Amino acid sequence: MHPVILERRQLLQGVFAPVAKAVAATTVNSWLFISPTWAKSKTTVLKRLVCVGGALTEIVYALGLDEHLIAIDTTSTYPAATKKLPSVGYARTLSLEGVLSMRPQILLATEDAGPPLVLRQISHAGVQVKVLKADHRYEGLIDRVRAIGFLLGAEARAEKLIKEIDREWQLYQQDLNQSKIGKNNTPVKPLKAMFIMAHTPQQVMVAGQGTSAHAIMSYLNLENTFKDLKGYKPLTPESVIAGQADIILLTDQGLQAQGGAQGILRLPGVMQTPAARHRQIYSREANHLLGFGPRLPSMLYSLAKEIHKIK
Amino acid sequence: MLKTTPLYGYSSIVINQAAFIYATALLVLVIMTFIATVLGPVELHFLDSLLVTDEIVESYILWQVRLPRILFSIAIGASLGLAGALTQGLFRNPLADPGLLGVSSGAAAAAAGAIVFSGNLPWGIPEALSVWLLPGAAFCGALGICFLLDRLARWLTPGSVIGLLLTGIAINALVAAFIGLSTYLANDEQLRNLSFWTMGSLAGANWMVLSLMMLVLMVAFLCSQRLTRQINALSLGETVAAQIGINLKQLRQRIILMVAFLSACAVAWCGMIGFISLIAPHIARAMVGSDHRQVLPLSMLFGGLLLLLADTFARTVAIPAEIPVGIFTALLGAPFFLSLLAKQRKELI
Repeated sequence: MHPVILERRQLLQGVFAPVAKAVAATTVNSWLFISPTWAKSKTTVLKRLVCVGGALTEIVYALGLDEHLIAIDTTSTYPAATKKLPSVGYARTLSLEGVLSMRPQILLATEDAGPPLVLRQISHAGVQVKVLKADHRYEGLIDRVRAIGFLLGAEARAEKLIKEIDREWQLYQQDLNQSKIGKNNTPVKPLKAMFIMAHTPQQVMVAGQGTSAHAIMSYLNLENTFKDLKGYKPLTPESVIAGQADIILLTDQGLQAQGGAQGILRLPGVMQTPAARHRQIYSREANHLLGFGPRLPSMLYSLAKEIHKIK
Repeated sequence: MLKTTPLYGYSSIVINQAAFIYATALLVLVIMTFIATVLGPVELHFLDSLLVTDEIVESYILWQVRLPRILFSIAIGASLGLAGALTQGLFRNPLADPGLLGVSSGAAAAAAGAIVFSGNLPWGIPEALSVWLLPGAAFCGALGICFLLDRLARWLTPGSVIGLLLTGIAINALVAAFIGLSTYLANDEQLRNLSFWTMGSLAGANWMVLSLMMLVLMVAFLCSQRLTRQINALSLGETVAAQIGINLKQLRQRIILMVAFLSACAVAWCGMIGFISLIAPHIARAMVGSDHRQVLPLSMLFGGLLLLLADTFARTVAIPAEIPVGIFTALLGAPFFLSLLAKQRKELI
């Protein structure tokens, strides 16, 4: 026999022996993911909950169920108590081991969380993965509160919180409706607004339909000048001038990235809008403004107070 | 004093040298595997988790998460290394990689199409199928474009390897246009999925996929072993190889078939992982010269080693998050590539 052949055979054995060992050591079961028993055990009352999504974490805190929380993601920044919890990283780039290392029983997330493959793997590992809809509607917020209350066995608390939120919401609607009626009972024409998303100085986008910013504008009785666009699209000077927005809305983070209101006014085309001439620039913290969390009615009320000068 | 060696044999010096390189590479691979097993968000003491079964989390993470992923990265790296070595042998060009055969762009185009347009179908896609949609589409795209390219090249420029290269450039440009169009039409979420896919990830590893990949790799390796001498002859030039009596047409078909399957499997499960298939054969050649009997297995070894190293970084640098592995293959590969060039430059001067 030729010596080289032997070499090659040895090489093959060397490379594949660990694999054979690993496969043999695990049972046939482990060819597919089999749930380990630790994730199923419910000996303690506290559920080990990992919450992915700023608004969901807010709801959990608002329900007073934060004792269940063991970890959050980087978008969960409110309330301040979240700082004490470990993070599993960014909601859209979760890692299997990163989440499992927290030994969770439940992973609570919105549809925005991902990648989908990792969510499936986490669920295969025996963790209850609860994915809630991330729609941009007030009713969606109510649904999410109810779902989280049900998930953590606190339905009564959820209904109480929903009542509180709804009371604020109804008050807000009344005030908003009043602001729609001008002198001599003639309806006021809705103001035009544009939302600028500018978290990095180089990439400035405006919000079209189907975005949470568009939904917030319509809840504020503002007409989105970019309602013909879909999603976030790059800002073009001509469309900004053509839009003639009365109001510019953006996040605190965006305002900061552009260097404050002066930076926004320097964006191409913006100076030619009524909003710039009357300095009608409003901002809120990103999660607060766009997150559709339990603070939605109060946030809308405070913004409407500034914009529509109600009360 | 010149020592003559038989045409198909080796001198004992060559054998010893090669054996030494194999042994070292394997040793490094085994050590790397152990290190990679211990590293991660969950602290694992390797022996403990092998022996102690009380800690169910640890044993689950070891057996179901970390080990399959580590072995998977070795298998994928080895496949990419082998595919790269075969492509470079076919084109007789050290800059060739399977991307020239349209594999990557075909997979990317199909993946882009699947991500962007599957939501617009009038009939929905059942949940069970949607898991397989992306890998399936990428696999079919890779194979489809590769075979289309080969057919087209054989029709346009019969028998010429340069013709295959040029047709490949044209087809790649055409497919890139489709990818661009899909990107333009995509919404935010689809765009994010697409860019995530193009950066590559080994997060999809499990025992089933791993064993499939191993099977493909082993079959391809065994088949390639029968072609090494023909590839060696081809390195003398197409004309010479033909005169020696090598069936160029058949050789080319077989190499393309192997490269297509290896790369298509890799790209289907892991997205685009660049650089390994280019660099692993280079390292192999720098160590053992251009004899494909040694270059092919060594390319597999180094490919596996490189990808394991890159993936270990990808898993552990930003715990508990993960960084796309493609970033690290380039980050590790590029400086190494340059250092190889620098070494060759010294030899030239």
